[in-house]
Amino acid sequence: MSNRQAILAKLRAAQPAPRPLPMVPLFDHNLPPALMTFKQSLALIGGTWVDAPADGDIEAAIRARFPTAQVICSAVDEVRGSRRIEDVADPHDLFDVDVAVVRPAFAVAETASIWLSEAEYRVNSLGYLAQHLVALLDLDDIVGNLHHAYHPPVSD
Amino acid sequence: MKRVDHVKASRNFIADEKHIEFHDKRLWGLRTSRDAAAHGIPEWEALRTLASGIKEHTLTHLADYLEEFERNAINNGVVVHWAADAEEHNRIVHEILSKRGAKSLVKSKSMLTEECGMREYLEARGILVVETDLGERIQQLDDEKPSHIVVPAVHKLAVDVADVFARKLGTDPNNSDVYYLADAQRQTTRPLILNADAGMTGCNFAIAETGGITVCTNEGNADLSANVPPLHIASIGIEKLIPKLEHLGVFVRMLSRSALGSPITQYTSHFRGPRVGGEMHYVLVDNGRSERLAMDDFWYSLKCIRCGACMNTCPVYRRSGGLSYGGVYSGPIGAIINPTYDLKKYSALPFASTMNGSCTNVCPVRINIHEQIYKWRQIIAERHELPFVKKEAMKAAGKVLANPKLYRAAMKTANGALATLPRAFIYNPFNAWGKQREVPASPKYTFRDWYLKRNKAK
Repeated sequence: MSNRQAILAKLRAAQPAPRPLPMVPLFDHNLPPALMTFKQSLALIGGTWVDAPADGDIEAAIRARFPTAQVICSAVDEVRGSRRIEDVADPHDLFDVDVAVVRPAFAVAETASIWLSEAEYRVNSLGYLAQHLVALLDLDDIVGNLHHAYHPPVSD
Repeated sequence: MKRVDHVKASRNFIADEKHIEFHDKRLWGLRTSRDAAAHGIPEWEALRTLASGIKEHTLTHLADYLEEFERNAINNGVVVHWAADAEEHNRIVHEILSKRGAKSLVKSKSMLTEECGMREYLEARGILVVETDLGERIQQLDDEKPSHIVVPAVHKLAVDVADVFARKLGTDPNNSDVYYLADAQRQTTRPLILNADAGMTGCNFAIAETGGITVCTNEGNADLSANVPPLHIASIGIEKLIPKLEHLGVFVRMLSRSALGSPITQYTSHFRGPRVGGEMHYVLVDNGRSERLAMDDFWYSLKCIRCGACMNTCPVYRRSGGLSYGGVYSGPIGAIINPTYDLKKYSALPFASTMNGSCTNVCPVRINIHEQIYKWRQIIAERHELPFVKKEAMKAAGKVLANPKLYRAAMKTANGALATLPRAFIYNPFNAWGKQREVPASPKYTFRDWYLKRNKAK
C-alpha cells in the first residue's frame, strides 16, 4: 500500500488553495410537460414510442411487432415471453435473445433515458445482449431532467 | 524522445483532398450539432460555471475525495489498486488477469489505457486484447492510435475502413457500405465478448460519495464488457473524481451535448460493485496527474471531461488530423496536456493553434485552453525549444513591431514587394505560412495611410 500513500502525499503537497463547492440547483422552473419532452428526445436518439394497446394485451402487441422473434425474454409480470429471466442463471445464456421486455424504475424526459439496474434486469446482460429492448413505462415515473434523476428523493 | 513535427506530420493528411474535406466537414458538423444542443438548454452557461466549480473544488481536495471513494468502493466489494504510473498500471492489470488464468480481455474505449500503452504490454504477455468500440476497433485492426478522443477513426473514409476490414476481417474490399461494415464488426466482435475471460472499461466519472463509477458510451460495448465476463476491471484516472451523485446531473447533461450534440450517450452506465459470483477491480492511476496539479498555470487542464468539443471546433485540428499531433491526446487539449508529460517532444503542439479562443468558448468545464497554449509558447521560447526559423522570424518581427517607424517602413516595402516580387521569392522555404496557401493580395494603401487621409479630408 506504499503506492497509495505516496500518491496521496504527492497530491496533498500539490493541491492548489481550496476552492468552494457550488450548490447545484434543480433547474426545473418552467419545464415543459414531461411526456411531451420525453417523446421528442426519444425520437431524436432513435427510439420508438408506442402507446399501450387498447385491449391491454401487451404480449400480443410485442409478438405482432416482432413477428420473427424466436426468443422473447421477459423480466416483467405483464408479459410471459418464451423465457423467464428468473430461469436464467448465467449472463452468457442470454446470447440468443431477440426481444427483452423490462420495466424501468423511472425515466428522464430531457434525455429520453430509462433507468434499469440489476433490480429491474435481474441479469444485467439482458439489456445488452438482446437485439431489441421493450420497456414498459408508467407515465407517472418520468422525471423532468437529469438533476431530478440524480438527486436523492426528498421525503415529505 | 524525438520531437513531434506537427507541420510535417500533417502534410500527408493534407495531401489527400478527399480526406481533409470529409474530416473538416464531419467535425464541423459535430460542432454545429453541439451548438444546437447547447442553445436548447437555457441554463447552459450556468452549467459550465457549475461544472468548472465542482471540478476545481474536487481537484483542490483530491486526496480526501480519493480516500472517500476508495472507502466506499471497498465497502461495495470492489478491490482498489493504486498505480503511480503507466508501467505500474499495466503490471497491476496483468497480475489481476494472470492470477485468474485469464487469456482474453474485451474492453471499451479508454484514453487512459491508450496513455499507458496497455494493449501492447498485455499482448506481449500473451493476452488477447479486443477493443469493442467500433472506431477504436478499426484503429486497433489498422495498428494506429485513435485520432480523436470521441470518434477515434474520424480521419478515415468508409473506403479506408473497407480496406482495413477486408484485410483483417475478410470482408468484401469493394463494399464500403457503412451498415455492411458496422455489421461485420458487430458479428466478429460478439463471439469474442461472449468467450472473454475478463472485461475492462474506463471511467468518465468516479463518485466519492457512492464509490461508484459512471461510463458513457454509444454502443453498449462497455456494458457488454462489464456484464458478460465474470471479471470487470476499471481503469480510472484520479482526476475523474466528483464529490456527489447529484453532481452527475451537471456533467452528464453536458458531456454528449458537447461531444456529439446528442442529449445523452445511448448508454450511461453506473457500476458500483461486483455482481453475484463476479469480481470487480478499480485501478486508480496517477501517471503525471499529481505533477500537473502542482503546476500553477496548467492544473486547470485536469478538469477535462474528454468531450472533444475543443478538437471539433479547432480549425488547425480539423485540417491536420489527430494523428499529426503524435501523442495520445490531440487537438487543443492535446496541445496543453502532452507538454506536461514531455515538453521537448511536444514543443511544436502549442504552436498548432490560431489562438482564436474557440476551444475555450466551447469547453463545458471552462478550461482556459487558448490561454494555456499561449503560456506554453512562452515557456517553450524561454527554454529555447523554438525551431531556428521561427525564433529568428519572431526576433525580427519583435523588433519591427516594437518600433512604429520601422513598422510603417516595413509595411510599405512589404506591400510594394508583394506586388512585384517573383513567386519563388515570396514562397521561399522560410515562409511557413505560404506553404499550403496563397498570400492574400495586399491592399492598395495601409490602414495608416487611409486613416491619415480620411482625417485630412474631414
